[in-house]
Amino acid sequence: MGKKAIRVLAAASGGGHWEQLMLLRPTLANYETFYATTEPGVAEQHGIAAVAPLPDCNQNQPLRSALCALVAMGIVLRLRPRVVISTGAAPGFFCILAGRLIGARTLWIDSVANGEELSMCGRLSRRLAHQCWTQWEHLAASNGPHYHGAVL
Amino acid sequence: MILVTVGMQLGFDRLIAAMDALAPELEGPVIAQTGKGTYRPRHMEAREKLAPAEFETLVERASLIVAHAGIGTVVTAARHAKPIVLMPRRASLGEHRNDHQLATVRKLAGRPGILVAKDESELRARIAEGLTGHDCSRLASPTAVQLHAALAAFIENRQP
Repeated sequence: MGKKAIRVLAAASGGGHWEQLMLLRPTLANYETFYATTEPGVAEQHGIAAVAPLPDCNQNQPLRSALCALVAMGIVLRLRPRVVISTGAAPGFFCILAGRLIGARTLWIDSVANGEELSMCGRLSRRLAHQCWTQWEHLAASNGPHYHGAVL
Repeated sequence: MILVTVGMQLGFDRLIAAMDALAPELEGPVIAQTGKGTYRPRHMEAREKLAPAEFETLVERASLIVAHAGIGTVVTAARHAKPIVLMPRRASLGEHRNDHQLATVRKLAGRPGILVAKDESELRARIAEGLTGHDCSRLASPTAVQLHAALAAFIENRQP
């Protein structure tokens, strides 16, 4: 099967998380990749027209988080990706959870900003995503997170 | 053009004042995004905030970026393959809640296109190095090559 045939959903909040996802774009461009973010305007700046909007949320906002989880589920049901990846934060994590529910393979790449410890979503992803990667070698552990390089 | 940025959240007058002092001897204009600082630069164009699109344009035009050690700024510089000089904020000087920027520069020092000035006394030398045309394409970074390969392997369901 050709590379292009693999459908990928790549999700990240606006700001640093999105910047890191964009650094991965040369590789993501080899597949049928769809993007989801909390700031679609920023995506348009990068020339990505078809971007799925996600409501922003964090762990202190249960209602917004619930809404974000529903929207993430809607995106995943509509796009049916075979792979879901996220560089953070909570909205991307909800895309990973939604991906699991439809049988997608899921990958959490913890932000390069987290050089001291894994983010909370990163810690949850150790169990809930198929793979959880840290971008700092000293944070890697045999039972996850794993280290496979960094965007920088 | 050299772009100075301290992020949108906190002022960082120590960096802004040091760059204002250096600006007259630097070739070309210096534009500074100063955040909520109180120091008023006299030798460079200063803006408290820059809209994301304008910031993006300035990064693209800049030959060098001088910044606090904020990871968002480092990643933006990487995306545009621009060299960046980082000066970390210090908690003891009230510049941040903690010293995580010191940890950041310790870990990033030596990566392609990233130069570290541990304080203002090292800025002049690091700026000179940054302007001499380092290869700052992050595609040259071994850790980035590794991550891209691993990501492709994951997507294609192969062993990384």
